[in-house]
Amino acid sequence: MTRTLTHLERLEAESIHIIREVVAEADKPVMLYSVGKDSAVMLHLARKAFYPAPPPFPLLHVDTTWKFRAMYELRQQMAEISGMELLVYQNPEAKEKGINPFDHGSLHTDMWKTEGLKQALDLYGFDAAFGGARRDEEKSRAKERIFSFRTASHGWDPKNQRPELWNLYNARKAKGESIRVFPISNWTELDVWQYIHLNDIPIVPLYFAAPRPTVERDGMLLMVDDDRFPLKPGEEVRTRSIRFRTLGCYPLTGAVESTAATLPEVIQETLLTTTSERQGRAIDKDAGGAGMEVKKQQGYF
Amino acid sequence: MATQIENPAADPIYVTDALIAEDIDAYLNVHQHKTMLRFITCGSVDDGKSTLIGRLLYDSKMIFEDQLAALEADSKKVGTQGQGIDFALLVDGLAAEREQGITIDVAYRFFGTEKRKFIVADTPGHEQYTRNMVTGASTADLAVILIDARKGVLTQTRRHTFLAHLIGIKNLVLAVNKMDLVGYDQARFDEIVADYRAFAESIGVKQFTALPISGYMGDNITSLSDNTPWYKAPAYFGRTLVDHLETVEVDSTREAAKPFRMPVQWVNRPNLDFRGFAGLIASGSVKPGDEIRVVPSGKTSKVARIVTLDGDLEEAVAGQSVTLTFADEIDCSRGDVIAAAANPPEVADQFEASLVWMADDALIPGRAYWLKLGTQMVSATVHAPEYTINVNTMEHCAAKTLGLNAIGVAQVATDRPITFEPYTDSHTLGGFILIDKITNATVGAGMLTHALRRAQNVHWQALDISREAHAGLKNQKPAVLWFTGLSGSGKSTIANLVEKKLHALGKHTFLLDGDNVRHGLNKDLGFTEADRIENIRRVAEVARLMTDAGLIVITAFISPFRAERELARGLIPDGEFLEVFVDTPLEVAEARDVKGLYKKARAGQLENFTGIDSPYEAPEKPELHIDTTRLSSEEAAELIVDRLLGVWMPVI
Repeated sequence: MTRTLTHLERLEAESIHIIREVVAEADKPVMLYSVGKDSAVMLHLARKAFYPAPPPFPLLHVDTTWKFRAMYELRQQMAEISGMELLVYQNPEAKEKGINPFDHGSLHTDMWKTEGLKQALDLYGFDAAFGGARRDEEKSRAKERIFSFRTASHGWDPKNQRPELWNLYNARKAKGESIRVFPISNWTELDVWQYIHLNDIPIVPLYFAAPRPTVERDGMLLMVDDDRFPLKPGEEVRTRSIRFRTLGCYPLTGAVESTAATLPEVIQETLLTTTSERQGRAIDKDAGGAGMEVKKQQGYF
Repeated sequence: MATQIENPAADPIYVTDALIAEDIDAYLNVHQHKTMLRFITCGSVDDGKSTLIGRLLYDSKMIFEDQLAALEADSKKVGTQGQGIDFALLVDGLAAEREQGITIDVAYRFFGTEKRKFIVADTPGHEQYTRNMVTGASTADLAVILIDARKGVLTQTRRHTFLAHLIGIKNLVLAVNKMDLVGYDQARFDEIVADYRAFAESIGVKQFTALPISGYMGDNITSLSDNTPWYKAPAYFGRTLVDHLETVEVDSTREAAKPFRMPVQWVNRPNLDFRGFAGLIASGSVKPGDEIRVVPSGKTSKVARIVTLDGDLEEAVAGQSVTLTFADEIDCSRGDVIAAAANPPEVADQFEASLVWMADDALIPGRAYWLKLGTQMVSATVHAPEYTINVNTMEHCAAKTLGLNAIGVAQVATDRPITFEPYTDSHTLGGFILIDKITNATVGAGMLTHALRRAQNVHWQALDISREAHAGLKNQKPAVLWFTGLSGSGKSTIANLVEKKLHALGKHTFLLDGDNVRHGLNKDLGFTEADRIENIRRVAEVARLMTDAGLIVITAFISPFRAERELARGLIPDGEFLEVFVDTPLEVAEARDVKGLYKKARAGQLENFTGIDSPYEAPEKPELHIDTTRLSSEEAAELIVDRLLGVWMPVI
């Protein structure tokens, strides 16, 4: 008698297969680790893929210096648990110019994240980088390959992607070129939450509701995570019970009011909610409907 | 503002809001155990494909308010459904496509019910996107072929069905869409199904499931429609599309019943005490204690453990990624296939395959491409196609190559044997991609039908008595002394002396002489270039078998071509192949002319004679260079024996 695998078992097996293929065929892979829930799942899958050995590649955090403090804490903790080397890269030019999300708008994302990522990949000479993007997040991601080929200048050409058949991935590339690999492409937000729940994967506590200092701005609920947060006239800091559906730079990430303090409660709220996950992020709203597609062509993950 | 959604499925059977709100733990428990189905939708924009997918997403609550708001705005701006919601806009992804109003790539969509998670590959229907459809179909358990009820079976319907069948999709669903526009007419539905059946059977499709639906109106998608009461009669399938998608058998379940196979992706060796073999199980199941065979080496062992981060498993089945350890230390590396010991897959290097070409640059027959199959990557050449298949008429046409989107049947030769199964038995061990060696682009995909050599049924037997054991008994190190030089250079004379000396020293030897071999093993071969290459290949293979038996093999053939000698060298383990260049100038050899052959060649009575009308390519770096103008045969033999047995002597 044979049993049919559950959807999470099939997704897990596919992701582990992808991660192993990259390690077998790339010269110098790295895992981009953003400390969010998708990164948490991706890291867990990498640990499963190579157990009992630690994953044979480092973690790279492209830091903006503006992440939530709780994210920096979990980052260190996970590097220790996984036994992997943790590389932290901060774009020196952005640092020098004091680029921040309050004064510089979209330049903040361009310099710290897009440019920072390209610089880090070039600096270390990584030829394959794992990312935790999912196809259900955004329309242009729905069409991106699992092995996404990048030119030497990190460009993505959506019209010229390699066909991906069966579970055969083509990792061959010329010197200087690289691939971005998305092992959890076929997972949905609900899959990610269920997997975290089933496997007891550590995640940043900000995903769970708690009373936190908040400011309402441009229709978004922002958390005042440290004293770098400048208040505008008329704004006041109020304690609200909030949680986050997605985590990025704290001044750019909108919270939702919630009392969901456990994982099942968070999942319950996610299922009953009526807005999509990336809605809390400012990045998708640039350049009309094609915001993410343009960013990806420029080299953003 | 009121949104116009026609018949918005008031109470779809698979929306479980109540359970989510009342008992989230119970809900999670249900969803933890659901299975997954991947399917592809085939049809063009006109058939309402995107509308159907949009409808499935909408009805399963995969569309959020903010997306719906954007959709409403977009529908008014560029929609084709008047003031109603244009579901198609939900699934058209890239900016360029939205402008053109067509889907030009494969997009993946996700939705779920309480029984299953679904991944939909949404691919374009036009002929110029054949490669996209093949790509989307390659991972699908099921294909939904959409037909516009007003138009019936069209050329594109035949093309989509053929491609889905070619790629091996077992579950075909014929969705006769836009039934609302033909008044839900039973006779029209029957007519279309009969037309389709005639075509499907003609290309070998054994079974399909036909449903009358309307993606726009929602008929027979999630609940049986009152508009088609006749559909409930026993002659019809009588169930909804979602009901069928939720219950049809998925491929991985079918694979689990086949013999065990796992291509090795990665050897996990964190320390000296652990050696695990990681891979995704392609078929069958495995338990500790199971007898396995590593292919192609043929070595056997038993599974010791199935190792995972969550603890060892008692059993693993097709579709799972695992790490196995063996009871014995046997060689196994990436590219090998671990299989049920009693029922291993075959090994071959020449095949017939169906190919789908995916690049703008046409196939170049005879040129080397990388071929990736499972975890094996080899160099391969494709012959000129035997025929191509017109995807619209199913006609077989003669062709010299394959252009973009062409489908054909051709012979494929790999530079070394690969472990395979026919594609109909295993998509993992029968499906491959071809990669351009210069651009690194994926240029083609193929499906192996069968091997072309009889060797396919000969399994390589791993022998308990190793070559080291054979040699050890003889107290010697096996070697091949490969003599090369012009006819009359003195090869045979020196080779004979070497064998006598070795024999006198108690060594086990065998001399393979050119003339003698041609009287027996190679008597079917002539002197054309192809035959001369085959002659040397056979000699090299025989020499290898003899070294496996522990012998010191001496060969004396002109072997004029460097490439053949390199081929021979490649077959013999490193350090055991000694090339002995018997260097005699042509005029000296011709003057000796022991067998009178030069005379005949000069007189034009012998063709392809080395040195006269066929070139001799002297070795560039032979292990031993014998200058016969300075050494006697006796001295040369002495030198060779000393070199072989490790006594160093300066070259005289």
